[in-house]
Amino acid sequence: MTVKELIEKTGFRVIHEAGNTAETTVEKAYCCDLLSVAMSRVPEGAAWVTVMSNLNTLAVASLTEAACVIIAEGTAIDANVAAKAKEQDITLLSTELPEFDAALLIYNGI
Amino acid sequence: MSDTVKLTYQVSHEDFTRAGEASSDVKRHLKKMGFSPEVVRKVAIAMYEGEINMVIHAKGGTIDVEISPDDILMVLKDVGPGIPDIEKAMQAGYSTAPDNVRALGFGAGMGLPNMKQYSDEMEIDTKLGVGTTVTMKVYQG
Repeated sequence: MTVKELIEKTGFRVIHEAGNTAETTVEKAYCCDLLSVAMSRVPEGAAWVTVMSNLNTLAVASLTEAACVIIAEGTAIDANVAAKAKEQDITLLSTELPEFDAALLIYNGI
Repeated sequence: MSDTVKLTYQVSHEDFTRAGEASSDVKRHLKKMGFSPEVVRKVAIAMYEGEINMVIHAKGGTIDVEISPDDILMVLKDVGPGIPDIEKAMQAGYSTAPDNVRALGFGAGMGLPNMKQYSDEMEIDTKLGVGTTVTMKVYQG
């Protein structure tokens, strides 16, 4: 499943859609909120589900080459985080669903 | 890949919004130079953890990176408080990070253990009240 298909299938709200979503494959669903742990564990090509919505989340997503980031539980996303996602062209999505439900939705789509 | 590339970055104290910029820049260089994804990932993780440590614990500092065909050398030098007990600091889960840092998702006590895990060589030179220099090397193959 590509990131584009993930967006279509799940209906997650799009904060920023990167230019490469049609070519980027989602390999795995991954959940983690501790950035220190996520930094060394987010698999490449993961759809990373977290409630941690700050600039460092995007830095970790970019360094680990996550396919996209999904902010769960309806956690508020600051304007500066949305702006950074756009600037770095990282696909940032949000959902009211809890992390497990969001990840399961992605898992079932892969 | 040809000659050695030398890069230098300044890391400022408590500037979490910019943390990761140095690691991202090194990552871009490595990708452009054709290093394998595994090497790029190792360097990115090891250096980002070091960068975050400098932002959290030290009063900022300097990171020097030397990319040569055989290995990537990272020297992270800060003028922070120093590490009183390296053995403890190396234990996964041991953390002295303040609450405001934990609220950002850091401070899980994984910084130094991750740096050790993702680098092929690591050396810590620390002096209380003077600062800490962490030297890490990641091999090319």
